[in-house]
Amino acid sequence: MAQFLIRRLLWLIPVMITVALITFLLMHTAPGGPWDRDPGRRQIDPATQEVLNRQFGMDKEIWFDMDALKKGDLLGFFDSQFITYMIAGTVDGEWRCGFICGNLGPSLTQRGMMVQDIVMNPPEDHPFWDSKAGYSLRLALLAVLIAIVVGLPMGIIAALKQNTLIDYSSLFLATLGITIPNFVLGIFLIIILAVWLHLIPVLPREWSDPRFWIMPAIVLGANLMATTARLTRSSMLDVMRQDYVRTARAKGLSERVVIFGHMLKNALIPVVTVLGPALVGLATGSFIIETMFAFPGWGRQYVQAIGQRDYSMIMATTLIFALLIQLANIGVDFVYTMLDPRIKLS
Amino acid sequence: MSSTAVPVSRLSDQAILSRPSVSLWTDAWYRLIRNKAAVMGMVIVILFIFVAAFAPLIAPYDPLQINDGKGWLPPPWMPESLSSTGRLADSRFFLGTDSIGRDVLSRVIYGARVSIVVAFVPTLIIVIVGVTIGLAAGYAGGRLDNILMRATDVVWGFPDLLFFIVVMIALRDTPIGNFANGLLLLFGALAVVGWVGLARVVRGQTLSLKEKEFVEAAHSIGASDFQIMFKHILPNCLSPIIVITAFRVPTMIITEAVLGYLGLGLRPGTDPKEFFVTSWGALLLQGQGALNAQPWLLLSPAICVALVVMGFTFLGDGLRDALDPQMRGTS
Repeated sequence: MAQFLIRRLLWLIPVMITVALITFLLMHTAPGGPWDRDPGRRQIDPATQEVLNRQFGMDKEIWFDMDALKKGDLLGFFDSQFITYMIAGTVDGEWRCGFICGNLGPSLTQRGMMVQDIVMNPPEDHPFWDSKAGYSLRLALLAVLIAIVVGLPMGIIAALKQNTLIDYSSLFLATLGITIPNFVLGIFLIIILAVWLHLIPVLPREWSDPRFWIMPAIVLGANLMATTARLTRSSMLDVMRQDYVRTARAKGLSERVVIFGHMLKNALIPVVTVLGPALVGLATGSFIIETMFAFPGWGRQYVQAIGQRDYSMIMATTLIFALLIQLANIGVDFVYTMLDPRIKLS
Repeated sequence: MSSTAVPVSRLSDQAILSRPSVSLWTDAWYRLIRNKAAVMGMVIVILFIFVAAFAPLIAPYDPLQINDGKGWLPPPWMPESLSSTGRLADSRFFLGTDSIGRDVLSRVIYGARVSIVVAFVPTLIIVIVGVTIGLAAGYAGGRLDNILMRATDVVWGFPDLLFFIVVMIALRDTPIGNFANGLLLLFGALAVVGWVGLARVVRGQTLSLKEKEFVEAAHSIGASDFQIMFKHILPNCLSPIIVITAFRVPTMIITEAVLGYLGLGLRPGTDPKEFFVTSWGALLLQGQGALNAQPWLLLSPAICVALVVMGFTFLGDGLRDALDPQMRGTS
């Protein structure tokens, strides 16, 4: 078990390095930079650009400094933008530790702020929950909560009342939830609830009212909810016919003990396996949903950063989301074995 | 042992003749067309393919034709209370018009082309790449297998939407990015990420199939590795390949629409001779700006995306149930 965990965690390193390399390469291939975005617009004058470049360490080579190598300066050879961002290097003559120290880099568009400050720091006198990451996290948790609180009972009841109207209507809802892409569902809900029925504002300015959270959370969690309901139903149906359930009933256990103690525990195993991909879907889904609802979270910040070529924000977000996805997958494998001792980790 | 005794030899004759022999694929086909949802999905998909192919014949107007003074006309069927432009609907524009008076119905019809092409072209690339890599990894084993599977791990770990966004922005202004209104780049990006699932499953199948007797038999009569891989092992993994491929298609369509919605998909064309004039994602982006007053601009492309995704999903579900009845009901 420990060996499995260590091997999986060590394997994270090459994966993360590759993700970093690809993102950095693509990012710098994109035309324009943080200070010269739109060719048509008024440009920052070249002298200022030079100062800014030096200030943010962008005067250095992107990957490796071949000139320094020719001079025999090995440390200078590695003193590039990529290495500085990921590990450590000098920025404007100052030594700085990079991503591996948890330093996400200086934001290039909101100058004077580090990416981790923008994302993690709440406005003054507010708890962490009011930061951008906190907003995204809260929305994701709410989405998972809605998905489980609605999806799980829906699947269980549908299985217990198989082939009744309840079963068919919950299957129908679940099928809709799986097939309708979440951003399309978002469009439908905005048009119906906000534009036509005026129940909520189209784009809430203040997110302090919890009612406004419900719609983006439902949209984000709809797919997970539908998947949970469908899988719970089918695996419950599967488990219901097993011998040990008949035995449990035969020895006179109450129906509640049979359902929750015997059936549900085993029926949940396949549900857990889809949780991994579902959490990933939730993470990436948040980018589009947050943009759509003008939600002040990390995902929307990222989409904005892309247009503004804020290299630090783009790198930081991609790396952290990649890390989260990997950890979620490892975690799911782990939970899987705990639920079903027959499965061995390999 | 009934009273009218039939000789054993004739009994077997009857047993054979009573039902025509049915191949695995015919059997699967019958299972598929007995499945109502799958047939519905098939009808939707065929309908959209038809619309995409014959867009110029079906569309009532040129999708790029600007009608002066007819901008923002609501659809005639929409209650006046739900559209707040204050303009009178024109029955000639069934889905209304956009800000400069282009017919939304015609634009939606032309938009189907992108979604249908995105459903098939990158998928084809994925099948070719994924199957070849999976077969090679599973059959060769050893170091090659290890390298290829580690490559799948890396692709698996990449947040794919972020990858698409960065790729589209980075390479949009290169010659590849400009080809076919940016669609070639989109196909490439989708294919780079998409082959992984298929490769893993084909590898797993190949690993177990290559130990089977028929492969040993093929070896013993001197079949080459290439022959064994493509003639003996591949046909035996066809059903999982078809099922997984069918489930990739909706993802492709959704991704294209999402990227279009973020302004990163196809570049809307201005030349009427172009094949891809607009896409549903681009229409959604255009409609987003006028969400409050002109919801019909968003509504029709959104419904189309939902419908075509639903069609492909139902078809995929049906194919899985038909080809692999044991998997029925799982997601």
